[in-house]
Amino acid sequence: MHAAHILLPRAALVAAALAFGGAGEGQPAHGERELRWGGDAEGGAPFVEADPADPSRVRGFDVDIAGMIARGLGRTPRFVQVAWASIEASVERGDFEVGLSGVEDRPELRARHAVSIPYYEFHEVLAVRPGDTTRYRTLRDLAGRRVATLGSTQAYAILIGARDSLGVVPVSYDDDVHPYADLVAGRVDAVLLDNIIAERSLRRAGGFVIQPNPVATGHYVAVFARRDSALRDSADVILRQRMRDGSLEKSFRAWNVWNDAQARYVAGASAPRPTAGGTPVQRPESPAAYLPSLLRAAVVTLALSMLAMALAVATGVGIAAGRVYGAGLIRGALATYVEVVRGTPVLLQLFVIYYGLSNVVRLPAFLAAVLGLGLNYAAYESEIYRGALQAIPRSQLEAARTLGLSEWQIFRLVRAPQALRLALAPMTNDFVALLKDSSLVSVITVVELTKQTAIYATNIGSWVLPGALCAIAYLAFSLPLARFARRLERRWSGA
Amino acid sequence: MTNPLVVRDLGLKRGARTILEGVSFDVARGELCALMGASGAGKSTILRAVAALEAFDAGTVSFDGAALHPGPVPPQSQLTELRRSVGFVFQAPSLFEHLTAIDNVTLALVHALGWPRGRAEKTASDLLESLGVGARAKAFPRELSGGEAQRVAIARALAPDPALLLMDEPTSALDPARRGVLGELLRALVGQGRALLIATHDVEFARSYADRVLELANQRIVVPS
Repeated sequence: MHAAHILLPRAALVAAALAFGGAGEGQPAHGERELRWGGDAEGGAPFVEADPADPSRVRGFDVDIAGMIARGLGRTPRFVQVAWASIEASVERGDFEVGLSGVEDRPELRARHAVSIPYYEFHEVLAVRPGDTTRYRTLRDLAGRRVATLGSTQAYAILIGARDSLGVVPVSYDDDVHPYADLVAGRVDAVLLDNIIAERSLRRAGGFVIQPNPVATGHYVAVFARRDSALRDSADVILRQRMRDGSLEKSFRAWNVWNDAQARYVAGASAPRPTAGGTPVQRPESPAAYLPSLLRAAVVTLALSMLAMALAVATGVGIAAGRVYGAGLIRGALATYVEVVRGTPVLLQLFVIYYGLSNVVRLPAFLAAVLGLGLNYAAYESEIYRGALQAIPRSQLEAARTLGLSEWQIFRLVRAPQALRLALAPMTNDFVALLKDSSLVSVITVVELTKQTAIYATNIGSWVLPGALCAIAYLAFSLPLARFARRLERRWSGA
Repeated sequence: MTNPLVVRDLGLKRGARTILEGVSFDVARGELCALMGASGAGKSTILRAVAALEAFDAGTVSFDGAALHPGPVPPQSQLTELRRSVGFVFQAPSLFEHLTAIDNVTLALVHALGWPRGRAEKTASDLLESLGVGARAKAFPRELSGGEAQRVAIARALAPDPALLLMDEPTSALDPARRGVLGELLRALVGQGRALLIATHDVEFARSYADRVLELANQRIVVPS
């Protein structure tokens, strides 16, 4: 399984690894063929991580296995960085020949790609807060409770199954650090992930307990393009040899992931070719089965966008009025807000609001998303309104003054209504942009339209239908709005 | 009863440049006074200082019941009396583009003076009628000709019934026939007992319709008559 962190030093190492060309095992000798293998160094140890001693190289047990397969084939391994969720699509595209980064064995993976024999057996384990050790032993105990995991994984599929059968509330994350952070912070009641990630998080941060009884068992595999089944067969032979000669065990021991279960598994697997590595969950096959969740996600996107836009408009008007009418200090402070918010990524702002502030105030994800997007867009809105307010001729304002209207009345009755007409077109534009930017909030666990589409596409192995449905939904929201704005504009311009 | 406008020793500088110095004059009730001078002589500046749109550095400006002194322009809340007794018609009509002609006229009546809407609308439509633009009451400013817009602006300034009406270059956008109509209109307003101070460089118009001409040159009034 993969593990993407938001830890900046690691991101820097990854960036360095990429900058140096990411050759995990050194450059190939002249004339020697390479075996390009794809993995996600953001996942970190023990899978694949940038080597702290030399960030231009990667290390981890998946790196060791890639090396074993390459050498067995008489080739030189060459690492290709790829986002974990894209490994399957990239291997089929031919970006590399083998994907290896805690890839989970699943029936649909075998249906779509050439897949190696499993090389590691893991357990899906529940992590709970120390006080809940006796209360939440199994998924059954977690009916109605929020259980976190990484999206697009076997654990997520288990939780979706448990949602329907037991009433568990699955919460999907894009990385494997924050589920545990949110467990400790009380935002979720349990985390379901594999034992490697659970134990790693326990060592790093702690504050929770891993329940001893596994919820399910799964396997890591190497994934090849369907056309490369011959290469896969060779890799299977090599993997069995390395199981028998103890090379695999040596690597797993070095990375501290060897255990009795592994010994039993390797003893069985190294001899005959096993049947498909099992996952206990069957996913729905018919595309129609995904429509309700897609619809729910579309409602989330629309509600989120409308609330965020309302906040952006209200705050934006306040900021613009403050910058046009306010004293020097207020103007300076508001200008600073606008520049800081416009000058930094909204993604960063979402992280800060949801995770960064969680020690001070623990906002629910949806509220954090509305605040993050709303306050970000407020900066852009305020600039539109400021420009529109300043576009109202000074002579009109002076005429209003000579008529004895107060400054507030001049703003309310003369300046703002005309500014609104000028701001309408750029505001519509911003709302459409916000609608699409709302897809960013999946990083703080809100499952909106794009995220749900990605989950759907991953599950059925195609982007065509989910992509088309998703696009139709976005257009269904944005086109009527643009029409409405054009009609208002026409009416106001007296056409 | 004092004159509606008494200006004494008005002085105004912009940076090191002296715009006005020692300007003194009165405008009496029932008098149309024309302020003349070359472009840039400071005609509009005098009107703006009198209307408390621009600060001045020396002298006083007194009205029947209110006065302005050197220093920054007082906040709008301290100018209630002045706003009620002084109307201003700008060179460009400066109508509120989002409101119809009649709403331009009623806005201040309803919101600044607190009149009931019915009374405000009656006054506004009578005024528009008397100025010959009654039929245009429901038109938006962009639908009005230059002359119509100016008359709506005059109606807007007159609606609160100010004792003193200031007008900046009222003839600048008018053809000769329209100028005559405007002149007669201004005479009629003076006939009602109002004081009018107009800034203009239209010698013929001033000669034909003004009771008195104040010539502005070298930052001062050179021919006080």
